Amino acid sequence: MSAIYILWLRELKRYMRSRAQIVASLAQPMLYLLVLGFGLGPVFSRAGYGSYFQFIAPGVIGMSVLFSSIFSGIGLLWDRQFGFLKETLVAPVPRIQIMIGRTLGGSTTAIIQGSLVMLVCVVAGFRPVNLYGIPLALGFMVLIALLFAALGVAIGSSLQDMQGFQLIMNFLVMPIYFLSGAMFPLSNQGKVLTFVTSLDPLSYGIDGMRSVLLSSASFQPAFGIFTDLLVLAVVGSILLVFGAYRFSKIEI
Amino acid sequence: MIHVRNLKKTFGAFTAVDDVSFDVAEGEIFAFLGPNGAGKTTTIKMLTTLLKPTGGAIELDGLNPLTHQNEARKRFGIVFQDPSLDGDLTAWENLEVHGVLYHVPHKLRRRRMEELLKLFELWERRNDQVKKFSGGMKRRLEIARGFLHTPRILFLDEPTLGLDPQSRNQLWSHVKKVNEVERVTVFLTTHYMDEADRVAHRIGVIDHGKLVAQGTPKAIKEQTGTESLEEAFLKLTGSTIRDESADSADQMRQFAKMWSGGRR
Repeated sequence: MSAIYILWLRELKRYMRSRAQIVASLAQPMLYLLVLGFGLGPVFSRAGYGSYFQFIAPGVIGMSVLFSSIFSGIGLLWDRQFGFLKETLVAPVPRIQIMIGRTLGGSTTAIIQGSLVMLVCVVAGFRPVNLYGIPLALGFMVLIALLFAALGVAIGSSLQDMQGFQLIMNFLVMPIYFLSGAMFPLSNQGKVLTFVTSLDPLSYGIDGMRSVLLSSASFQPAFGIFTDLLVLAVVGSILLVFGAYRFSKIEI
Repeated sequence: MIHVRNLKKTFGAFTAVDDVSFDVAEGEIFAFLGPNGAGKTTTIKMLTTLLKPTGGAIELDGLNPLTHQNEARKRFGIVFQDPSLDGDLTAWENLEVHGVLYHVPHKLRRRRMEELLKLFELWERRNDQVKKFSGGMKRRLEIARGFLHTPRILFLDEPTLGLDPQSRNQLWSHVKKVNEVERVTVFLTTHYMDEADRVAHRIGVIDHGKLVAQGTPKAIKEQTGTESLEEAFLKLTGSTIRDESADSADQMRQFAKMWSGGRR
Protein backbone atom coordinates (compact mmCIF):
# COMPACT_ATOMS: atom_id res chain seq x y z
CA MET A 1 0.00 0.00 0.00
CA SER A 2 2.78 2.42 0.90
CA ALA A 3 4.29 1.85 -2.55
CA ILE A 4 1.02 2.92 -4.20
CA TYR A 5 0.91 5.97 -1.95
CA ILE A 6 4.47 7.11 -2.61
CA LEU A 7 4.11 6.73 -6.38
CA TRP A 8 0.78 8.59 -6.27
CA LEU A 9 2.47 11.33 -4.25
CA ARG A 10 5.30 11.50 -6.77
CA GLU A 11 2.89 12.16 -9.64
CA LEU A 12 1.20 14.85 -7.59
CA LYS A 13 4.48 16.56 -6.67
CA ARG A 14 5.63 16.54 -10.26
CA TYR A 15 2.33 18.07 -11.31
CA MET A 16 2.45 20.79 -8.67
CA ARG A 17 6.01 21.67 -9.66
CA SER A 18 5.26 22.12 -13.33
CA ARG A 19 3.35 25.39 -12.94
CA ALA A 20 4.17 26.54 -16.45
CA GLN A 21 2.69 23.33 -17.78
CA ILE A 22 -0.47 23.74 -15.72
CA VAL A 23 -1.04 27.19 -17.18
CA ALA A 24 -0.18 26.00 -20.67
CA SER A 25 -2.63 23.12 -20.50
CA LEU A 26 -5.36 25.53 -19.40
CA ALA A 27 -4.82 27.57 -22.54
CA GLN A 28 -6.10 25.06 -25.07
CA PRO A 29 -9.45 24.35 -23.37
CA MET A 30 -9.85 28.10 -22.90
CA LEU A 31 -9.44 28.67 -26.62
CA TYR A 32 -12.17 26.17 -27.37
CA LEU A 33 -14.40 27.55 -24.66
CA LEU A 34 -14.07 31.22 -25.44
CA VAL A 35 -13.56 31.25 -29.20
CA LEU A 36 -15.94 28.45 -30.16
CA GLY A 37 -18.24 29.11 -27.22
CA PHE A 38 -18.87 32.70 -28.19
CA GLY A 39 -18.10 32.38 -31.90
CA LEU A 40 -20.60 29.63 -32.69
CA GLY A 41 -23.09 30.83 -30.05
CA PRO A 42 -25.40 32.79 -32.40
CA VAL A 43 -25.61 29.93 -34.97
CA PHE A 44 -26.27 27.38 -32.24
CA SER A 45 -29.07 29.33 -30.62
CA ARG A 46 -30.66 30.14 -33.99
CA ALA A 47 -30.78 26.38 -34.63
CA GLY A 48 -32.82 26.09 -31.46
CA TYR A 49 -30.24 24.35 -29.24
CA GLY A 50 -29.95 27.12 -26.65
CA SER A 51 -26.66 28.54 -25.37
CA TYR A 52 -23.58 27.04 -27.04
CA PHE A 53 -21.38 28.35 -24.25
CA GLN A 54 -23.33 26.33 -21.68
CA PHE A 55 -23.26 23.35 -24.01
CA ILE A 56 -19.52 23.35 -24.75
CA ALA A 57 -18.30 23.97 -21.17
CA PRO A 58 -18.74 20.32 -20.01
CA GLY A 59 -17.09 19.23 -23.27
CA VAL A 60 -14.09 21.41 -22.60
CA ILE A 61 -13.83 20.08 -19.04
CA GLY A 62 -13.95 16.54 -20.43
CA MET A 63 -11.26 17.44 -22.94
CA SER A 64 -8.85 18.66 -20.29
CA VAL A 65 -9.42 15.51 -18.21
CA LEU A 66 -8.87 13.35 -21.30
CA PHE A 67 -5.64 15.07 -22.28
CA SER A 68 -4.02 15.22 -18.87
CA SER A 69 -4.94 11.65 -17.88
CA ILE A 70 -3.81 10.05 -21.12
CA PHE A 71 -0.56 12.05 -21.13
CA SER A 72 0.18 11.12 -17.53
CA GLY A 73 0.14 7.48 -18.63
CA ILE A 74 2.30 8.19 -21.65
CA GLY A 75 4.66 9.92 -19.16
CA LEU A 76 5.97 6.38 -18.71
CA LEU A 77 7.99 7.08 -21.83
CA TRP A 78 9.80 9.94 -20.15
CA ASP A 79 10.49 7.73 -17.16
CA ARG A 80 11.87 5.13 -19.50
CA GLN A 81 14.04 7.75 -21.18
CA PHE A 82 15.33 9.22 -17.92
CA GLY A 83 15.71 5.83 -16.29
CA PHE A 84 13.40 6.24 -13.33
CA LEU A 85 11.21 3.43 -14.65
CA LYS A 86 14.02 0.91 -14.00
CA GLU A 87 14.30 2.08 -10.43
CA THR A 88 10.63 1.26 -9.81
CA LEU A 89 10.71 -1.98 -11.78
CA VAL A 90 13.51 -3.59 -9.76
CA ALA A 91 11.93 -2.62 -6.44
CA PRO A 92 10.45 -5.49 -4.42
CA VAL A 93 6.92 -4.30 -5.13
CA PRO A 94 4.43 -6.19 -7.30
CA ARG A 95 4.16 -4.44 -10.64
CA ILE A 96 0.42 -4.16 -10.25
CA GLN A 97 0.99 -1.82 -7.28
CA ILE A 98 3.37 0.33 -9.31
CA MET A 99 0.83 0.49 -12.11
CA ILE A 100 -1.99 1.39 -9.69
CA GLY A 101 0.11 4.08 -8.00
CA ARG A 102 0.91 5.69 -11.33
CA THR A 103 -2.63 5.43 -12.65
CA LEU A 104 -4.15 6.89 -9.48
CA GLY A 105 -1.56 9.66 -9.50
CA GLY A 106 -2.22 10.45 -13.14
CA SER A 107 -5.98 10.46 -12.66
CA THR A 108 -5.71 12.66 -9.58
CA THR A 109 -3.76 15.30 -11.47
CA ALA A 110 -6.24 15.03 -14.36
CA ILE A 111 -9.13 15.59 -11.95
CA ILE A 112 -7.38 18.64 -10.49
CA GLN A 113 -6.79 19.93 -14.00
CA GLY A 114 -10.45 19.32 -14.91
CA SER A 115 -11.59 21.12 -11.75
CA LEU A 116 -9.42 24.10 -12.63
CA VAL A 117 -11.03 24.23 -16.06
CA MET A 118 -14.47 23.95 -14.48
CA LEU A 119 -13.58 26.87 -12.21
CA VAL A 120 -12.46 28.96 -15.16
CA CYS A 121 -15.66 28.04 -16.99
CA VAL A 122 -17.74 29.26 -14.06
CA VAL A 123 -15.74 32.47 -13.88
CA ALA A 124 -16.27 32.97 -17.62
CA GLY A 125 -20.01 32.63 -17.24
CA PHE A 126 -20.87 28.93 -17.15
CA ARG A 127 -23.80 28.23 -14.81
CA PRO A 128 -24.55 24.64 -13.72
CA VAL A 129 -28.29 24.03 -13.45
CA ASN A 130 -27.93 23.34 -9.71
CA LEU A 131 -25.14 22.92 -7.16
CA TYR A 132 -25.62 19.14 -6.83
CA GLY A 133 -24.49 18.91 -10.41
CA ILE A 134 -20.94 19.82 -9.48
CA PRO A 135 -20.09 16.81 -7.26
CA LEU A 136 -21.89 14.55 -9.74
CA ALA A 137 -19.84 15.98 -12.59
CA LEU A 138 -16.76 15.43 -10.44
CA GLY A 139 -17.77 11.77 -10.20
CA PHE A 140 -17.85 11.56 -13.98
CA MET A 141 -14.47 13.27 -14.14
CA VAL A 142 -13.07 10.57 -11.84
CA LEU A 143 -14.37 7.82 -14.14
CA ILE A 144 -13.06 9.55 -17.28
CA ALA A 145 -9.68 10.17 -15.64
CA LEU A 146 -9.24 6.56 -14.46
CA LEU A 147 -10.28 5.15 -17.82
CA PHE A 148 -7.88 7.25 -19.87
CA ALA A 149 -5.01 7.11 -17.37
CA ALA A 150 -5.21 3.31 -17.66
CA LEU A 151 -5.28 3.59 -21.45
CA GLY A 152 -2.27 5.93 -21.25
CA VAL A 153 -0.33 3.40 -19.17
CA ALA A 154 -1.17 0.67 -21.67
CA ILE A 155 0.13 2.85 -24.50
CA GLY A 156 3.17 4.04 -22.54
CA SER A 157 4.08 0.43 -21.76
CA SER A 158 3.91 -0.56 -25.39
CA LEU A 159 5.87 2.32 -26.93
CA GLN A 160 9.65 2.26 -26.90
CA ASP A 161 10.43 5.90 -27.63
CA MET A 162 8.91 9.26 -28.41
CA GLN A 163 8.56 8.56 -32.13
CA GLY A 164 5.25 6.82 -31.64
CA PHE A 165 3.91 9.75 -29.68
CA GLN A 166 2.73 11.78 -32.68
CA LEU A 167 0.94 8.73 -34.05
CA ILE A 168 -0.92 8.27 -30.79
CA MET A 169 -1.74 11.95 -30.63
CA ASN A 170 -3.16 12.17 -34.17
CA PHE A 171 -4.76 8.78 -34.54
CA LEU A 172 -6.04 8.19 -31.03
CA VAL A 173 -6.25 11.20 -28.73
CA MET A 174 -7.60 13.76 -31.19
CA PRO A 175 -10.22 11.37 -32.65
CA ILE A 176 -11.33 10.45 -29.12
CA TYR A 177 -11.81 14.12 -28.45
CA PHE A 178 -13.50 15.13 -31.71
CA LEU A 179 -15.80 12.10 -31.82
CA SER A 180 -16.93 12.48 -28.22
CA GLY A 181 -19.54 15.11 -28.93
CA ALA A 182 -17.61 17.56 -26.81
CA MET A 183 -18.31 20.23 -29.40
CA PHE A 184 -21.55 19.15 -31.08
CA PRO A 185 -24.78 17.43 -30.01
CA LEU A 186 -24.76 13.66 -30.56
CA SER A 187 -28.50 13.40 -31.05
CA ASN A 188 -30.02 13.75 -34.54
CA GLN A 189 -26.79 12.83 -36.34
CA GLY A 190 -26.35 10.57 -39.35
CA LYS A 191 -26.10 6.81 -38.84
CA VAL A 192 -22.35 6.54 -39.40
CA LEU A 193 -21.43 9.36 -37.03
CA THR A 194 -23.92 8.12 -34.43
CA PHE A 195 -22.33 4.68 -34.61
CA VAL A 196 -18.74 5.93 -34.43
CA THR A 197 -19.41 8.32 -31.58
CA SER A 198 -21.11 5.53 -29.62
CA LEU A 199 -17.79 3.61 -29.74
CA ASP A 200 -15.93 6.47 -28.06
CA PRO A 201 -15.86 6.09 -24.27
CA LEU A 202 -15.46 9.84 -23.82
CA SER A 203 -18.89 10.35 -25.43
CA TYR A 204 -20.45 8.72 -22.39
CA GLY A 205 -18.37 10.78 -19.98
CA ILE A 206 -19.33 14.07 -21.57
CA ASP A 207 -22.95 13.00 -22.03
CA GLY A 208 -23.03 12.17 -18.32
CA MET A 209 -21.49 15.49 -17.32
CA ARG A 210 -23.97 17.39 -19.45
CA SER A 211 -26.84 15.41 -17.97
CA VAL A 212 -25.92 16.52 -14.46
CA LEU A 213 -24.73 20.06 -15.24
CA LEU A 214 -27.28 21.30 -17.79
CA SER A 215 -31.02 21.75 -17.38
CA SER A 216 -33.15 19.05 -18.96
CA ALA A 217 -34.92 21.73 -20.96
CA SER A 218 -31.76 22.73 -22.81
CA PHE A 219 -30.04 19.34 -23.18
CA GLN A 220 -31.33 15.94 -24.35
CA PRO A 221 -28.95 13.17 -23.16
CA ALA A 222 -27.82 10.95 -26.02
CA PHE A 223 -27.47 7.80 -23.92
CA GLY A 224 -28.90 8.43 -20.45
CA ILE A 225 -27.00 8.73 -17.21
CA PHE A 226 -27.13 5.03 -16.26
CA THR A 227 -25.84 3.89 -19.62
CA ASP A 228 -23.09 6.50 -19.23
CA LEU A 229 -22.08 5.19 -15.82
CA LEU A 230 -22.23 1.57 -16.89
CA VAL A 231 -20.16 2.05 -20.05
CA LEU A 232 -17.51 4.13 -18.25
CA ALA A 233 -17.23 1.61 -15.41
CA VAL A 234 -17.04 -1.44 -17.67
CA VAL A 235 -14.66 0.05 -20.25
CA GLY A 236 -12.58 1.59 -17.45
CA SER A 237 -12.23 -1.78 -15.69
CA ILE A 238 -11.25 -3.50 -18.92
CA LEU A 239 -8.62 -0.84 -19.65
CA LEU A 240 -7.25 -1.04 -16.10
CA VAL A 241 -6.75 -4.78 -16.50
CA PHE A 242 -5.28 -4.29 -19.96
CA GLY A 243 -2.96 -1.51 -18.74
CA ALA A 244 -1.79 -3.66 -15.84
CA TYR A 245 -1.15 -6.53 -18.25
CA ARG A 246 0.85 -4.37 -20.66
CA PHE A 247 2.76 -2.86 -17.74
CA SER A 248 3.65 -6.30 -16.40
CA LYS A 249 5.23 -7.15 -19.75
CA ILE A 250 7.69 -4.23 -19.84
CA GLU A 251 11.29 -5.24 -20.36
CA ILE A 252 14.08 -2.70 -20.26
CA MET B 1 24.84 -16.51 -3.23
CA ILE B 2 24.60 -16.10 -7.01
CA HIS B 3 24.53 -19.20 -9.20
CA VAL B 4 24.40 -18.81 -12.93
CA ARG B 5 24.28 -21.80 -15.26
CA ASN B 6 24.46 -21.67 -19.07
CA LEU B 7 22.84 -18.26 -19.15
CA LYS B 8 21.89 -17.12 -22.63
CA LYS B 9 20.20 -14.05 -24.08
CA THR B 10 19.54 -13.36 -27.72
CA PHE B 11 17.99 -10.29 -29.31
CA GLY B 12 16.83 -11.36 -32.74
CA ALA B 13 19.88 -12.74 -34.50
CA PHE B 14 22.28 -11.15 -32.02
CA THR B 15 23.54 -13.18 -29.06
CA ALA B 16 24.34 -10.81 -26.20
CA VAL B 17 25.12 -13.43 -23.57
CA ASP B 18 26.21 -16.87 -24.65
CA ASP B 19 26.33 -19.84 -22.31
CA VAL B 20 27.69 -18.03 -19.27
CA SER B 21 28.14 -19.90 -15.97
CA PHE B 22 29.62 -18.63 -12.72
CA ASP B 23 29.12 -18.64 -8.97
CA VAL B 24 29.53 -15.86 -6.46
CA ALA B 25 29.89 -16.96 -2.85
CA GLU B 26 28.26 -15.18 0.05
CA GLY B 27 30.29 -12.20 1.25
CA GLU B 28 32.38 -12.13 -1.90
CA ILE B 29 33.15 -9.14 -4.12
CA PHE B 30 32.96 -10.30 -7.71
CA ALA B 31 34.04 -8.04 -10.56
CA PHE B 32 32.58 -8.65 -13.98
CA LEU B 33 34.88 -7.16 -16.60
CA GLY B 34 34.59 -6.86 -20.32
CA PRO B 35 34.82 -4.39 -23.22
CA ASN B 36 31.84 -2.31 -24.29
CA GLY B 37 29.04 -4.46 -25.60
CA ALA B 38 30.47 -7.66 -24.16
CA GLY B 39 27.24 -8.51 -22.31
CA LYS B 40 27.89 -7.17 -18.80
CA THR B 41 24.81 -5.01 -18.49
CA THR B 42 22.60 -7.59 -20.17
CA THR B 43 23.77 -10.13 -17.60
CA ILE B 44 23.02 -7.73 -14.76
CA LYS B 45 19.58 -7.02 -16.20
CA MET B 46 18.81 -10.72 -16.27
CA LEU B 47 20.09 -11.16 -12.72
CA THR B 48 17.93 -8.25 -11.52
CA THR B 49 14.66 -9.41 -13.17
CA LEU B 50 14.62 -6.63 -15.79
CA LEU B 51 15.11 -9.04 -18.67
CA LYS B 52 14.01 -12.61 -19.16
CA PRO B 53 16.84 -14.96 -20.17
CA THR B 54 16.50 -16.87 -23.42
CA GLY B 55 17.98 -19.90 -21.72
CA GLY B 56 19.87 -21.13 -18.67
CA ALA B 57 19.26 -20.89 -14.95
CA ILE B 58 19.79 -18.20 -12.32
CA GLU B 59 19.63 -18.51 -8.57
CA LEU B 60 19.90 -15.57 -6.17
CA ASP B 61 20.18 -16.60 -2.54
CA GLY B 62 18.54 -19.90 -3.50
CA LEU B 63 15.68 -18.18 -5.33
CA ASN B 64 14.82 -18.28 -9.00
CA PRO B 65 14.24 -14.64 -9.98
CA LEU B 66 11.87 -15.74 -12.75
CA THR B 67 9.42 -17.51 -10.50
CA HIS B 68 9.99 -15.59 -7.24
CA GLN B 69 10.45 -12.10 -8.62
CA ASN B 70 9.53 -10.14 -5.52
CA GLU B 71 11.34 -12.37 -3.06
CA ALA B 72 14.43 -12.13 -5.25
CA ARG B 73 14.10 -8.35 -5.59
CA LYS B 74 14.08 -7.98 -1.81
CA ARG B 75 17.51 -9.62 -1.74
CA PHE B 76 19.38 -7.17 -3.92
CA GLY B 77 20.12 -3.51 -4.48
CA ILE B 78 21.40 -2.06 -7.71
CA VAL B 79 23.21 1.01 -8.98
CA PHE B 80 22.51 1.26 -12.70
CA GLN B 81 24.99 2.16 -15.38
CA ASP B 82 22.83 4.97 -16.73
CA PRO B 83 20.86 7.52 -14.73
CA SER B 84 17.70 6.41 -12.98
CA LEU B 85 16.75 9.38 -10.82
CA ASP B 86 13.61 11.49 -11.01
CA GLY B 87 14.87 14.96 -11.91
CA ASP B 88 11.73 16.72 -10.75
CA LEU B 89 12.06 15.38 -7.23
CA THR B 90 14.62 16.59 -4.71
CA ALA B 91 17.54 14.45 -3.58
CA TRP B 92 15.70 13.79 -0.34
CA GLU B 93 12.50 12.77 -2.12
CA ASN B 94 14.34 10.44 -4.47
CA LEU B 95 15.76 8.61 -1.46
CA GLU B 96 12.38 8.67 0.25
CA VAL B 97 10.66 7.01 -2.72
CA HIS B 98 13.38 4.37 -2.81
CA GLY B 99 13.16 3.73 0.93
CA VAL B 100 9.39 3.29 0.77
CA LEU B 101 9.57 1.00 -2.27
CA TYR B 102 12.11 -1.15 -0.41
CA HIS B 103 10.06 -1.21 2.79
CA VAL B 104 12.70 0.47 4.96
CA PRO B 105 10.92 1.42 8.24
CA HIS B 106 10.28 5.13 8.67
CA LYS B 107 12.75 5.92 11.50
CA LEU B 108 15.56 3.81 10.12
CA ARG B 109 14.92 5.33 6.69
CA ARG B 110 15.29 8.89 7.96
CA ARG B 111 18.46 8.02 9.85
CA ARG B 112 20.10 6.24 6.96
CA MET B 113 19.10 8.93 4.47
CA GLU B 114 20.81 11.52 6.63
CA GLU B 115 23.93 9.38 7.11
CA LEU B 116 24.25 8.61 3.42
CA LEU B 117 23.59 12.15 2.21
CA LYS B 118 26.29 13.34 4.59
CA LEU B 119 28.68 10.56 3.62
CA PHE B 120 28.35 11.41 -0.09
CA GLU B 121 28.38 15.14 0.65
CA LEU B 122 24.94 15.93 -0.64
CA TRP B 123 23.34 16.92 2.67
CA GLU B 124 23.46 20.66 1.97
CA ARG B 125 21.70 20.14 -1.36
CA ARG B 126 19.10 17.65 -0.17
CA ASN B 127 16.14 19.94 -0.90
CA ASP B 128 17.24 20.83 -4.41
CA GLN B 129 15.64 19.24 -7.44
CA VAL B 130 17.92 16.60 -8.89
CA LYS B 131 17.75 18.11 -12.38
CA LYS B 132 19.85 20.98 -11.04
CA PHE B 133 22.64 18.61 -9.96
CA SER B 134 25.90 18.07 -11.83
CA GLY B 135 26.65 14.67 -13.33
CA GLY B 136 28.92 13.69 -10.46
CA MET B 137 26.37 14.72 -7.84
CA LYS B 138 23.66 12.66 -9.54
CA ARG B 139 25.97 9.69 -9.60
CA ARG B 140 26.73 10.08 -5.89
CA LEU B 141 23.05 10.29 -5.13
CA GLU B 142 22.36 7.10 -7.06
CA ILE B 143 25.09 5.33 -5.18
CA ALA B 144 23.79 6.61 -1.84
CA ARG B 145 20.37 5.34 -2.87
CA GLY B 146 21.79 1.88 -3.58
CA PHE B 147 22.98 1.68 0.02
CA LEU B 148 19.72 2.92 1.55
CA HIS B 149 18.26 -0.49 2.18
CA THR B 150 20.65 -3.21 3.28
CA PRO B 151 20.53 -5.75 0.48
CA ARG B 152 22.12 -9.20 0.66
CA ILE B 153 23.51 -8.69 -2.83
CA LEU B 154 24.61 -5.38 -4.28
CA PHE B 155 24.86 -4.94 -8.04
CA LEU B 156 27.05 -2.04 -9.14
CA ASP B 157 27.04 -1.48 -12.92
CA GLU B 158 30.00 0.81 -13.66
CA PRO B 159 29.33 2.81 -10.50
CA THR B 160 32.42 5.01 -10.80
CA LEU B 161 31.63 6.26 -14.31
CA GLY B 162 31.99 10.04 -14.23
CA LEU B 163 33.12 10.27 -10.61
CA ASP B 164 36.15 12.21 -9.38
CA PRO B 165 38.90 10.29 -7.53
CA GLN B 166 37.63 11.53 -4.15
CA SER B 167 34.15 10.14 -4.72
CA ARG B 168 35.59 6.96 -6.18
CA ASN B 169 37.61 6.37 -3.05
CA GLN B 170 34.63 7.16 -0.88
CA LEU B 171 32.54 4.68 -2.84
CA TRP B 172 34.99 1.80 -2.73
CA SER B 173 35.78 2.21 0.94
CA HIS B 174 32.05 2.18 1.63
CA VAL B 175 31.57 -0.90 -0.54
CA LYS B 176 34.38 -2.65 1.34
CA LYS B 177 32.86 -1.60 4.64
CA VAL B 178 29.38 -2.97 3.95
CA ASN B 179 30.99 -6.06 2.50
CA GLU B 180 33.02 -6.68 5.65
CA VAL B 181 30.60 -5.46 8.31
CA GLU B 182 27.25 -6.50 6.84
CA ARG B 183 28.53 -9.42 4.73
CA VAL B 184 26.92 -7.97 1.61
CA THR B 185 27.80 -9.86 -1.55
CA VAL B 186 28.91 -7.44 -4.26
CA PHE B 187 28.65 -7.97 -8.00
CA LEU B 188 30.25 -5.10 -9.92
CA THR B 189 31.31 -4.09 -13.39
CA THR B 190 33.91 -1.45 -14.15
CA HIS B 191 36.28 -0.31 -16.86
CA TYR B 192 38.93 0.67 -14.31
CA MET B 193 41.13 -2.38 -13.92
CA ASP B 194 43.01 -0.97 -10.94
CA GLU B 195 39.72 -0.68 -9.06
CA ALA B 196 38.78 -4.26 -9.83
CA ASP B 197 42.26 -5.38 -8.80
CA ARG B 198 42.04 -3.53 -5.52
CA VAL B 199 38.46 -4.31 -4.51
CA ALA B 200 37.42 -7.62 -6.02
CA HIS B 201 38.05 -11.02 -4.49
CA ARG B 202 37.34 -12.73 -7.75
CA ILE B 203 37.00 -11.62 -11.36
CA GLY B 204 35.15 -12.87 -14.40
CA VAL B 205 36.11 -11.60 -17.86
CA ILE B 206 33.39 -11.61 -20.51
CA ASP B 207 33.88 -10.95 -24.20
CA HIS B 208 31.41 -11.32 -27.09
CA GLY B 209 28.92 -12.74 -24.61
CA LYS B 210 31.22 -15.54 -23.50
CA LEU B 211 33.04 -15.87 -20.21
CA VAL B 212 36.72 -16.10 -21.18
CA ALA B 213 38.40 -16.21 -17.77
CA GLN B 214 37.43 -16.53 -14.15
CA GLY B 215 39.42 -16.46 -10.91
CA THR B 216 41.19 -14.25 -8.38
CA PRO B 217 43.00 -11.22 -9.82
CA LYS B 218 46.27 -13.00 -8.99
CA ALA B 219 45.25 -16.20 -10.74
CA ILE B 220 44.16 -14.31 -13.83
CA LYS B 221 47.45 -12.45 -14.00
CA GLU B 222 49.37 -15.71 -13.57
CA GLN B 223 47.22 -17.51 -16.13
CA THR B 224 47.97 -14.86 -18.75
CA GLY B 225 51.56 -14.30 -17.63
CA THR B 226 51.07 -10.56 -17.19
CA GLU B 227 52.05 -8.02 -14.54
CA SER B 228 48.87 -6.00 -14.21
CA LEU B 229 45.20 -6.75 -14.55
CA GLU B 230 45.00 -4.22 -17.38
CA GLU B 231 47.52 -6.19 -19.42
CA ALA B 232 45.78 -9.44 -18.59
CA PHE B 233 42.48 -7.93 -19.69
CA LEU B 234 43.91 -6.73 -22.99
CA LYS B 235 45.52 -10.09 -23.59
CA LEU B 236 42.23 -11.88 -22.96
CA THR B 237 39.98 -9.58 -24.95
CA GLY B 238 42.37 -8.26 -27.62
CA SER B 239 43.13 -4.63 -28.24
CA THR B 240 40.61 -3.82 -30.97
CA ILE B 241 38.24 -1.06 -30.01
CA ARG B 242 34.64 -2.18 -29.73
CA ASP B 243 31.84 -0.56 -31.58
CA GLU B 244 29.71 1.30 -29.08
CA SER B 245 26.61 0.71 -31.16
CA ALA B 246 26.83 -2.98 -30.30
CA ASP B 247 25.81 -1.93 -26.79
CA SER B 248 23.09 -4.17 -25.47
CA ALA B 249 20.66 -1.33 -24.92
CA ASP B 250 20.95 -0.31 -28.55
CA GLN B 251 20.60 -3.87 -29.66
CA MET B 252 17.47 -4.07 -27.61
CA ARG B 253 16.05 -0.86 -28.97
CA GLN B 254 16.69 -2.08 -32.47
CA PHE B 255 15.06 -5.35 -31.65
CA ALA B 256 12.10 -3.65 -30.06
CA LYS B 257 11.58 -1.58 -33.16
CA MET B 258 11.71 -4.66 -35.34
CA TRP B 259 9.26 -6.32 -33.06
CA SER B 260 6.75 -3.53 -32.91
CA GLY B 261 7.16 -2.92 -36.63
CA GLY B 262 6.35 -6.54 -37.32
CA ARG B 263 3.16 -6.30 -35.33
CA ARG B 264 1.85 -3.19 -36.95
